[in-house]
Amino acid sequence: MLDQFDALLLARFQFAFTVAFHFIFPSISIGLASYLAVLNGMWLWTRDEAYLRLWKFWVKPFALVFAMGVVSGITMSYQFGTNWSVFSDKTGPVLGPLMAYEVLTAFFLEAGFLGIMLFGRERVGETLHMVACLMVAVGTAISASWILSVNSWMHTPAGYTISEDGQFLPADWLAVIFNPSFLHRFAHTLTAAYLTTAFVVAGVAAWQMLRGADKNRATRTMFSMAMWMAALVTPVQIFLGDSQGLNTLEHQPVKVMAMEGHYESHPDGAPLVLFGWPNSEERRVDYAVEIPKLSSLILKHDLNAPLDGLDSVPEEEWPPVPIVFWAFRVMVGIGFLMLGIGLFSLWNRWKGTLYTNRWLHRWAVAMGPSGLVAVIAGWVTTEVGRQPYTVYGLLRTADSVSPVGAPAVGASLVAYIVIYFVVFGAGVLYIFKLINHAPRMDEGGAEEEGPLRTSGVTPATEVGRDAAIQGGAAE
Amino acid sequence: MDLAISFDLTVAWALLLATAIFIYVVLDGFDLGLGILYPFFPKKSDRDLVMNSVAPVWDGNETWLVLGGGGLFAAFPLAYAILMPALYPPIIAMLLALVFRGVAFEFRWRARDNRRFLWDAAFIGGSTVAAFAQGVILGAILQGIEVDGRAYGGTWWDWLSPFTVITGVAVVLGYALLGATWLNMKLAGEPQEKARLLAWRFGLATIGSIVVVSLFTPYLDTAYWERWFAWPAILFAAPVPILVGVLTLALFRTLTRGGHDAAPFVIVLAIFLITFAGLGISMWPYIIPTEVTIYDAASPYKSQLFMFVGACVLLPIILGYTTYAYWVFRGKIDPEKGYH
Ligand code: HDD
Ligand code: HEM
Ligand code: HEM
Repeated sequence: MLDQFDALLLARFQFAFTVAFHFIFPSISIGLASYLAVLNGMWLWTRDEAYLRLWKFWVKPFALVFAMGVVSGITMSYQFGTNWSVFSDKTGPVLGPLMAYEVLTAFFLEAGFLGIMLFGRERVGETLHMVACLMVAVGTAISASWILSVNSWMHTPAGYTISEDGQFLPADWLAVIFNPSFLHRFAHTLTAAYLTTAFVVAGVAAWQMLRGADKNRATRTMFSMAMWMAALVTPVQIFLGDSQGLNTLEHQPVKVMAMEGHYESHPDGAPLVLFGWPNSEERRVDYAVEIPKLSSLILKHDLNAPLDGLDSVPEEEWPPVPIVFWAFRVMVGIGFLMLGIGLFSLWNRWKGTLYTNRWLHRWAVAMGPSGLVAVIAGWVTTEVGRQPYTVYGLLRTADSVSPVGAPAVGASLVAYIVIYFVVFGAGVLYIFKLINHAPRMDEGGAEEEGPLRTSGVTPATEVGRDAAIQGGAAE
Repeated sequence: MDLAISFDLTVAWALLLATAIFIYVVLDGFDLGLGILYPFFPKKSDRDLVMNSVAPVWDGNETWLVLGGGGLFAAFPLAYAILMPALYPPIIAMLLALVFRGVAFEFRWRARDNRRFLWDAAFIGGSTVAAFAQGVILGAILQGIEVDGRAYGGTWWDWLSPFTVITGVAVVLGYALLGATWLNMKLAGEPQEKARLLAWRFGLATIGSIVVVSLFTPYLDTAYWERWFAWPAILFAAPVPILVGVLTLALFRTLTRGGHDAAPFVIVLAIFLITFAGLGISMWPYIIPTEVTIYDAASPYKSQLFMFVGACVLLPIILGYTTYAYWVFRGKIDPEKGYH
């Protein structure tokens, strides 16, 4: 019995750890794939060499991130079977085909054209090379749509029947795929990936400018592009987040109660708890800072609308409230910080100080990884808020787990943690090395510096790379 | 009527999945084989060439593994749910090994010269462990998996036995052979000579291990025994060893004579295809031998049909652009000029 419990906890932790790691990479590769397609298109259209330089600059980190996304994703696709075999048996008929479609429509597309995108510019000609860039970008978005459809179905199951064996059987595929939360989730998460990438790009550009590359045209271009994204897309993201919250209120009201920290029902207008410490034992939020009635205004668009609290559902249906509460605040907080820097950049642009205001640049460097934090926080809100179910309201997490003993799950968990930190830690270091210089005049793409580099050419030495940051500045 | 169709669909899915797994085995087989052969190419310039020969396509090769796993989950969820916990340690080992070798493709070019050996080691170790784990998984399925209701009923170490170790080694050797014939096709000059020599050696070793495994298999379970040696089944089974023998002779002939550099690779593909078909004959109609048939494990008609339509449309397209990607990077790699 105890063993069962431990194995469950370890399996949950293993899933959360591996998928959080995995999701870091796609968040960036979805965004960078589109960014690279745009850069390549701009180069072909304007023949402004700065775009080509930027393309060659970003394609190298992209290749690294992509490889890490692939290998961490392959482990994910087998984890359903190894750790959640009962879940797999029961949901396989409904979710399996969606994941198979993800492989058929997205993974092959990305993988098939990736080699041509990275190494093929000279071999296939510019038009086909542009097509390859587009295919990779489209592939990443298609991939996100299928996996998010799967995930959304687990939150808001639809279009199914249940067999005598307890298997979910498909009844209506369109209802399964376009389940009630899918489009909201897809829009919010895809936008999150674009924003995450924009902030990474902005952070890198700002870092280079602070280090003396503020006259480098390519660096300026990428900073400007990223700041447009921050200014224009963050408001869209906040709107999409709000609409997803309303959708969740409709389908998973208990999750919203946890997000809001509402232990009690509020028959005439619920307050918005800004901060505080949820105390589930005492059923109240300690040290709460509240704004009266605002929660009802946001969720119901009416100051006095009644809102049920956690007291309206039995305690065994509660998710872990503090985690959901805080993860949600981290995400929303970052969202508003992003909005802040977006507005600040507009003001600087208008004053003509976009490339000279060091405070803007420092802020942008600090915000570089913010999208990743927001994305993980958002997922934690969503996933932890679904507990104690894997298929909301129908299949409990405790009833989904594999009959594998705790020592086996524990041992594999330790192996995952050690290996992921070593391997992906090294990958992140290599990425830092790559982005530490401003895009050079003679920037080499993956073709010149990567595997297909011709052996006659000696690769740029470390010294050469460091010298190049000044080279870029002098331009 | 409906029943008859759904039966056929289950068979179609079994064939489709077998095809996906076969494509995976040969594509990632030569790809993993290159990692296994890496120790035989100690010079950096040779290692660069070996890795260059697959760098543009390795991701696509590995995607077939995702299709294999995803297809099993979708078309035969019960088998997926029983096999994965039963094979927990070798599966995790394979996945982690693939992490190492996958990132080695990118990291190797980014590491400093004095650290490159680390990623070379990751490439060698990852490829070898992944291949060995795949062989163990195959062996464990063939030797039988205990089933209890709708779940795995055995213990942790059931997958480990002398037989599974032999199948593990056999797969490592076979992948090395595939890799060597691939290199014989893609390289020129001195490295090619070396690849050809390696193909000879691993050819002998592979044939030896096929013989050992085949001698073992019929004794694992009486059902296999009857399949292989009972009349008239022997009519279907007998061609397998005969064809393998003929192809082996052809392989060594082409390796000795030289000239047609693609021929040994194609012949090894054919040997793999025939042994794979032989395995299929042994297992049919079970997906978990003697416990769960493909019909027991099949997902409902509606699920299989939905995917089947998509697979029929999409697989030819996928094969089309995959072939195109291989074609773009066709030909020998010249150490002086990259591809030409
Ligand atoms: C396709 C399905 C799927 C997808 C795309 C995700 N998850 Fe998930 N998640 C599950 C399917 C799932 C699950 C299989 O249903 C788990 C395992 C146990 C559970 O309770 O739900 C789960 C659990 C789970 C938990 C543990 C919750 C708990 O035990 O209290 C966390 C923190 C996350 N996930 C986080 C994430 C993150 C950060 C994701 C994105 C990057 C993510 N999940 C995507
Ligand atoms: C449990 C959940 C998940 C599983 C099982 C999974 C599985 C996989 C696999 C197997 C791959 C490698 C494909 C290849 O061989 O090329 C992959 C890559 C990818 N995944 Fe995931 N994934 C999951 C979650 C997600 C989520 C939540 C997203 C996005 C919203 C996502 C987006 C992508 C993208 C865009 C790629 C390709 C780009 C890259 O490799 O970086 N995945 N995933
Ligand atoms: C102020 C702005 C924001 C609001 C109001 C908001 C709101 C929400 C809500 C309500 C959820 C759904 C939780 C559930 O399942 O019920 C969510 C999920 C999520 N958010 Fe946000 N969000 C905001 C900003 C951001 C930002 C800036 C990012 C990333 C850059 C982000 C990334 C995510 C992700 C990845 C998820 C989980 C995936 C999903 O369920 O779709 N959010 N957000």
